[in-house]
Amino acid sequence: MTQTRTITLTVNGDSVTRTVPVRMNLADFLRAELGLTGTHVGCEHGVCGACTLHVDDAPVRSCLMLAVQADGASVTTVEGLADSGRGAALRAAFTARNALQCGYCTPGMLASALDYIDTGGSADRAAIREHLSGNYCRCTGYQAIVDAVCDVIEGRVTA
Amino acid sequence: MSVAKPLPHDAAALHVTGRARYVDDIPAPRGTLSLAFGLSDTAHGRIVQLDLDAVRAAPGVVDVFTAADLPHANDVSPAAHDEPLLADGTVHYVGQPIFCVVADSHLAARRAARRAVVAIEPLPAILTIDEALAADSRFEDGPLTWTKGDVDAALSHAPHILEGRIEMGGQEHFYLEGQAAFALPQENGDMLVHASSQHPTEIQHKVAEALGLPMHGVRVEVRRMGGGFGGKESQGNALAVACAIAAMRTGRPCRMRYDRDDDMTITGKRHDFRIDYRVGYDDAGRMLAVDFTQYTRCGWAQDLSLAIADRAMLHADSSYHLTDARITSHRLKTNTQSATAYRGFGGPQGMLAMERVVDQIAHALGRDPLEVRRANFYAAEGAPGYPQTTPYHMAVEDFVLDRIVDELVESSGYHARRAAIAEWNATNPLLKKGIALTPVKFGISFTLTHLNQAGALVHVYQDGSIAMNHGGTEMGQGLFQKVAQVAAQGFGVPVETVRITATDTAKVPNTSATAASSGSDLNGMAVKAACDTIRDRMAAHLASEHQADPASVRFAEGMVHVGGESMTFAEAAWRCYTARVSLSATGFYKTPGIEWDRIRGTGRPFFYFAYGAAVTEVVIDTLSGENRILRTDILHDAGASLNPALDIGQVEGGYVQGAGWLTTEELVWDDKGRLRTHAPSTYKIPACSDRPPVFNVALWSQGHNRSDTIYRSKAVGEPPFMLGISALLALSDAVAACGPAYPALDAPATPERVLMAVIRQRDSGG
Repeated sequence: MTQTRTITLTVNGDSVTRTVPVRMNLADFLRAELGLTGTHVGCEHGVCGACTLHVDDAPVRSCLMLAVQADGASVTTVEGLADSGRGAALRAAFTARNALQCGYCTPGMLASALDYIDTGGSADRAAIREHLSGNYCRCTGYQAIVDAVCDVIEGRVTA
Repeated sequence: MSVAKPLPHDAAALHVTGRARYVDDIPAPRGTLSLAFGLSDTAHGRIVQLDLDAVRAAPGVVDVFTAADLPHANDVSPAAHDEPLLADGTVHYVGQPIFCVVADSHLAARRAARRAVVAIEPLPAILTIDEALAADSRFEDGPLTWTKGDVDAALSHAPHILEGRIEMGGQEHFYLEGQAAFALPQENGDMLVHASSQHPTEIQHKVAEALGLPMHGVRVEVRRMGGGFGGKESQGNALAVACAIAAMRTGRPCRMRYDRDDDMTITGKRHDFRIDYRVGYDDAGRMLAVDFTQYTRCGWAQDLSLAIADRAMLHADSSYHLTDARITSHRLKTNTQSATAYRGFGGPQGMLAMERVVDQIAHALGRDPLEVRRANFYAAEGAPGYPQTTPYHMAVEDFVLDRIVDELVESSGYHARRAAIAEWNATNPLLKKGIALTPVKFGISFTLTHLNQAGALVHVYQDGSIAMNHGGTEMGQGLFQKVAQVAAQGFGVPVETVRITATDTAKVPNTSATAASSGSDLNGMAVKAACDTIRDRMAAHLASEHQADPASVRFAEGMVHVGGESMTFAEAAWRCYTARVSLSATGFYKTPGIEWDRIRGTGRPFFYFAYGAAVTEVVIDTLSGENRILRTDILHDAGASLNPALDIGQVEGGYVQGAGWLTTEELVWDDKGRLRTHAPSTYKIPACSDRPPVFNVALWSQGHNRSDTIYRSKAVGEPPFMLGISALLALSDAVAACGPAYPALDAPATPERVLMAVIRQRDSGG
């Protein structure tokens, strides 16, 4: 129950070493141990997508991954999205398009959208909708989110 | 001009970088404790054993308390004092908090709570509408009835009579950020509470009662919520009060958040309704008399149910003039979560029943439902009979749906698409399409008249920067930005000059909940009043320096022009400061001209109405009941919008949420009263892939509020939710293509329900 283990991982480019309970999930680790509260927990069982972030460049539900599983990995949270390039363009597009309201889903939504763009996704709205279908947003109705992703892919918004 | 600009959300830059703080993100001082409730597993019963020794002995536990340990009030209800924070001997629903654990971490508290030994002797549980009626289990002495005209006589003379019943489910708010609170003890026994709440003043009130303090001993701050939708109007009281009590008992900061399953198990949801109807109509589909009987499950405590059931009655007319109407409302008490506010506040349920009635009349007459809707619309200004009155005897003076619907019919290609769908359905045996156009007329104002007030506090600093505070809370809707635009407009400065500060009961007291779509209307006016006061003081001083008329001083584009001189706003502020002009003011607003007798059902409960209309086209698979929304077109009246970008966001989001309520979102309780859909794995809100692939949304270009609201804008929070009714009726239209009967599709129209309706429909064809 209280067993711990020491892990070393890269978080937003910085090497981090901590001793953590083996049952602590990655989201709680980032929030409580590192103070990276941009990662939000919504349902804590991998359905709502709010806690999505990147581990070794792949999107991961951080509520379903244990911190110890990230030992040796490179984690990128919303705080670590690059200030230039696609991440920054996506941020700008989400702002300009009003692709957020309460903002709680935004970090996870950005992570999934960035994954779509980085893996060569096209500006096909149906494909974008499908790719983002694992990230719930209760406020916007998603229209503006899809618009924002299209804007970045089609180069209408750049950083 | 700052108002009417499509500016982005005020916190957008914080949200996209993860720097926006929600309650659980606030850095906690060392020693902060976390709370969890132990919950009832029984719908109704007496607690005969409550052994918490193992809970106290669990790792990390610092304190455990029950109702018997509470020093003062054991109540978290918004009004009726019938909702104990912790069960006091009897439990009334599965999920009711019985005791509270205080531990050194969220998980430690939750784990410890599971160790309790609780024995509950079951009492008969009332779970359904029928059980509640049989037991006469209700709030208020009996049903409430409002009448207009002579319904029985009008029914007896009507050429056609039709009757039926619609059942509609409730709805989980599923705010993405669950309920959360954080209490920090202060010197002198005072308490500071951060809450994810739409109603800071109520949190302050309930915490003060629980701690035995005057309200001035409690300060509540709300910077933002991760969604509210009505679910944080009263449902956050328990967490805030529990944290404050724990903080008082331990002397340490205490925080609490519900895990999602706990959140859905403990907190109230939208009221489910059954509505019976009997309507008389003529050959043109004009309604001559309507008799509605509404039944709603309010759950175990009163909460806001009376006002919600009232609003369901107030919207029973939807957009249609009724000369003779009777509306009866049963507010039933059941051993389930205490149903609560949810966007629309009963309005959607009342409106849906009427839209069903109109749809069914059209089916019976073999007409396009749109014709029947138009035949029954209230008279617009200039039309014969104007102004006509609602069933609660309020004149409808601002009706514009005739024009909105005309424009939408045109822009959506409604008639051609309806014809194309009929052709498609004639040739496709398995997939059937449907289309529906439904209108919305939604009354704006709190029906509890005294709530229609707001306060604001505005400071201009000596460097010309402006801090603005008001009683409204930000839950994502963009209220803060809209009101900041109002303040910037008042001083003729860019909106960046205005700092928006967290809602704080120490700055603006006695606020109403940010609810009833009233946020911008009330707080915008209050902020404007405060800005006007300061600007008038500045103008008077600057004019006196120039021997000019104060009315000639102009504030525009960051500059102040007086007597031929121009200076920056900052310079003007500095000059006023050094001349000892007060640069701080409060503002206050109360909505004029409203009065309401809820028992008799007469008066003018609303300052005005907001309008909109939607066309939804769907396709169903008749073999599986699976369905998709194909296209939605919306034209919505936001008056002269304060911020079209934010308002469009409300319309799009409202529609999708409304369509979710009526299609995928199904709450299921078992026969023990346990909610079986208590997480997103079993409760399905619309995902990105569910929203219409073609989604044309526009604000009505002719929008202008006849009533004197803030810059003639209209409230936009709740009204678009009801545009989702078009999704259900489009599904019904598709089912209707499977046979001759009227489908009478209940909600939510899940694939199962659609499939069953298709089978009934096919059977009806013999």
